[in-house]
Amino acid sequence: MTNHWIDLRNADAILAIGCNPAENHPISMKWIEQAMDNGGKLLAVDPRFTRTGSKADHYAQIRPGTDIAFLGGMINYALQNNMIHEEYVREYTNAAFIVNEKYDFNEGIFCSFDDQEKTYDPKAWAYAVDGAGNPKRDHSLKDPRCVFQLLKKHYSRYTVDMVCNITGTKKEDYIAVAKAFCSTGRPDKAGTILYAMGITQSTHGTQNVRATAMLQMLLGNIGIAGGGVNALRGESNVQGSSDYGLLFHLLPGYLKSPEFDNVDLKAYLEKWTPKTKDPKSANWWGNTPKYTVSLLKAWYGDNATKENGFCYDYLPKRSGNYSFMKLMEKMGKGELQGLICMGQNPAVGGPDSLKTREALGKLDWLVTVDLWETETSIFWKRPGVNPKDIKTEVFMLPAASSVEKEGSISNSGRWAQWRYKAAEPVGDAKSDLWIINQFATRVKKAYAKGGTFPEPITKLSWNYGQGEEPEVHMVAKEINGYFTKDMTIVDKDKTLEFKAGDQVPMFKYLQDDGSTVSGCWIYCGSYTKEGNQMARRDLADPTGLGLYPKWSWAWPVNRRIIYNRGSVNPDGMPFNPKRAVITWDALEKKWKGDVPDGPWPPMNDAKEGKYPFIMLPEGHGRLYALDMKDGPFPEHYEPVESPAKNLMSKTQTNPAVKIPANMSSDTAKYPFVGTTYRMTEHWQAGAMTRSLPWLVELVPTMFVEISQTLARAKGISNGDMVKVTTERGSIEAKALVTSRLKPFSVQGKEVEQVGLPWHFGYAGLATGDSGNVLTPSVGCANTSIPEFKAFLCNIEKGGKRA
Amino acid sequence: MAVSRREFLQGGAAAAALILSGKKAEAGGADGSQMRTKGLKSSTTICPFCAVGCGLVVHTKNGKIVNIEGDTQHPINQGALCSKGSALFQVANNERRLQKVMYRAPGSDKFEEKSWDWALERIAQKMKDTRDKSFKAKEINKKDNKEYVVNRTEGMAFLGGAGLDNEECYLWSKFARSMGVANLEHQARI
Repeated sequence: MTNHWIDLRNADAILAIGCNPAENHPISMKWIEQAMDNGGKLLAVDPRFTRTGSKADHYAQIRPGTDIAFLGGMINYALQNNMIHEEYVREYTNAAFIVNEKYDFNEGIFCSFDDQEKTYDPKAWAYAVDGAGNPKRDHSLKDPRCVFQLLKKHYSRYTVDMVCNITGTKKEDYIAVAKAFCSTGRPDKAGTILYAMGITQSTHGTQNVRATAMLQMLLGNIGIAGGGVNALRGESNVQGSSDYGLLFHLLPGYLKSPEFDNVDLKAYLEKWTPKTKDPKSANWWGNTPKYTVSLLKAWYGDNATKENGFCYDYLPKRSGNYSFMKLMEKMGKGELQGLICMGQNPAVGGPDSLKTREALGKLDWLVTVDLWETETSIFWKRPGVNPKDIKTEVFMLPAASSVEKEGSISNSGRWAQWRYKAAEPVGDAKSDLWIINQFATRVKKAYAKGGTFPEPITKLSWNYGQGEEPEVHMVAKEINGYFTKDMTIVDKDKTLEFKAGDQVPMFKYLQDDGSTVSGCWIYCGSYTKEGNQMARRDLADPTGLGLYPKWSWAWPVNRRIIYNRGSVNPDGMPFNPKRAVITWDALEKKWKGDVPDGPWPPMNDAKEGKYPFIMLPEGHGRLYALDMKDGPFPEHYEPVESPAKNLMSKTQTNPAVKIPANMSSDTAKYPFVGTTYRMTEHWQAGAMTRSLPWLVELVPTMFVEISQTLARAKGISNGDMVKVTTERGSIEAKALVTSRLKPFSVQGKEVEQVGLPWHFGYAGLATGDSGNVLTPSVGCANTSIPEFKAFLCNIEKGGKRA
Repeated sequence: MAVSRREFLQGGAAAAALILSGKKAEAGGADGSQMRTKGLKSSTTICPFCAVGCGLVVHTKNGKIVNIEGDTQHPINQGALCSKGSALFQVANNERRLQKVMYRAPGSDKFEEKSWDWALERIAQKMKDTRDKSFKAKEINKKDNKEYVVNRTEGMAFLGGAGLDNEECYLWSKFARSMGVANLEHQARI
């Protein structure tokens, strides 16, 4: 989230697209309803008439996987009707930037596409530069090659008629949503966009997200109270686990994991430290060397020296893609011997899950660390297999629950909140911290006696106290970071003295010479000499905007609304004085309000002013992207399995996505659009809820949701057993016939949809077939997140259990 | 005993005033004076389900969790909880929770109970063997035919982390990379 949960109350319009907060983030409705009480409009865009839809001022039905058409149409609507925030667009986005001569777009394909490799060369999309090496700009926004004009041209094709023909939305519903939301383009209005997996789980998911961000920048809605692009994250600490780099391409703090040709620290830093020649650009990632060296110092301690490149060589170097789906593919080919699952349940949670379950049997050993038996830990005795045939050795380790240990988690709004241990873990269960510490200390001991290249392990700095349980506060302090020697730092008019071992107060004091340690730079400031900031419980709210700056701690630097320099005009005055996030006090020469996005004076200050989008080398929000794998502008393509032809161009699906074998768009065989979803009463792969009697009583088993028209056509009554089939497999479940689902009108044809919760499996108290048996293993061109939300299926009454 | 909504809210307001007055909350929230949880030990926590980050108060008696409810002082949920958050009590008190280390031998049709020490030693040895056997120090890149140092363990993958605490995620990341594991992924990818 750029903003945070309570801030939703500050919105004049809330667009929930590809998410269902009333169902999946129920308490968020407290703040959404408060916005509505103040006259704000809730707009719900979803394939199903959801709980959120039922609360909305306007509901618009959308066919799964057509979000870019929907959002592209809104971009066009805002441009055509002069509803954009012009000053914001001109000054703060790259609208005025001129694109080089090579840029071209034709029939769904951008320039520089390699049809063999299915890749683009994004260099061809670069800005045109002047003699000094800075991007050329035209502040009148009239140059035909400026981003604004290219954008206008690109989305002029996204007319309301065209969009509604693609999305299946009723025209009056579409216009109502577009009008209500685009009306927040005024400086005194705020609109927020909420999204979740309906946006990301798509072969063009990243471009879906980009489309939301572009619309928000056009309307001047980024950085303001009641604005932003807000991902409603689904697991309690999926924000934190991303922050700490548990993804193949990342190290903690969104530093990149090294690639094979980043041959040493110098080459790595050269590759990943962006540069700018524009003195008005803060280019915050220019600090990459400080954060990288501080991380290596946290990992290799005194062994990390300037001479040995701070032990950079010890890090693994990636060559290619190691995303979840690729790992499952490797496992299926027998290329993995071991797998450790820390509270993840791939037998239910991943796409094409029959294949994953089979692939687990190719492992030599499997370790699961969980509170419960999961489908993954008992895969070897799942229905239909003979355990004798499965040679995998399985270790099922009992983990402590969240109330049986101490530590922090980060919510969607980036608030890191401390949790306390209320009781001892049940039975022999242990905290994950204890378990990880045991793995590490035992492996370290084994490597002390020798092994292949033992140094990365033997030299690893790993000391978290003498007790049986590792000292969680020592870990939290290492994450924040400390000085390794006495330091004097001159910061403007202040001279600061630090002693070796002192906590670093904030990340601007981190160094690239080994004099600081920080395990995750974005959390620097979370545990300082003032103590554990994440445990704070002070309800003061000086701005009155609900920022609660002394409740817990938010990364970065306790900033509650990021990009907040976008909330003021270039002189530092709030666009909307009634909801001022930050204000420049020219007399005192300082910012007041939220922690500003950097200390510098406003952009118009001739000497020290900076552009607001400090994380980008050009300092301006990107309406036109330079580094996407599938084009500088989001373009509509159909999902890989689709009942429709792409009306927008001759390119049917995202050209930068390679399509695997077990996919089919044969609508004679699979006439219906399948989509998966979640519900309040269960959670994710289900282990945490399907064994709780209260929740099981509420939703005891798997079901398949269909419309009344489809039920009639197929002779299915509510509660009948049905069988749903895709190219990957079949499942059986009870039919739930509702008026929440309606067919879509797609290019003159009625297309029915089938809704499937994905929470079920064969372990636990409440069992049922898994929705993900049906879903395809094909993912987003940029992130490899699978296309769970749009596929083709068939449904029939009956089945073996009927 | 019955507590009227009015009395309940008064308790919450008194507690909020206590916090605003700058007194340190001892690892948790204060309860209203007439609550049936009076006299019990309490501590605060954050919901382990979705990422709204609602606060809860956990009450214990003689080391056992006897009640969990919404934290009225928490600014996000102000005491309210959804059906999952309200059921957290049954995560803490549930006969289906794993209590023992269980092991399934290759080809076996059942789990058997083992000690932590036995399992952890064996797992550490498996990790080491797999790393030693599948470690790739160098590889030739297909595109430029040059040799690169990659220091990568090919044969094992680590999954998960969205349900772990930050401090656990950090150590997991640190341990994984020291082991040369490039195959490091979690729920954010799906």
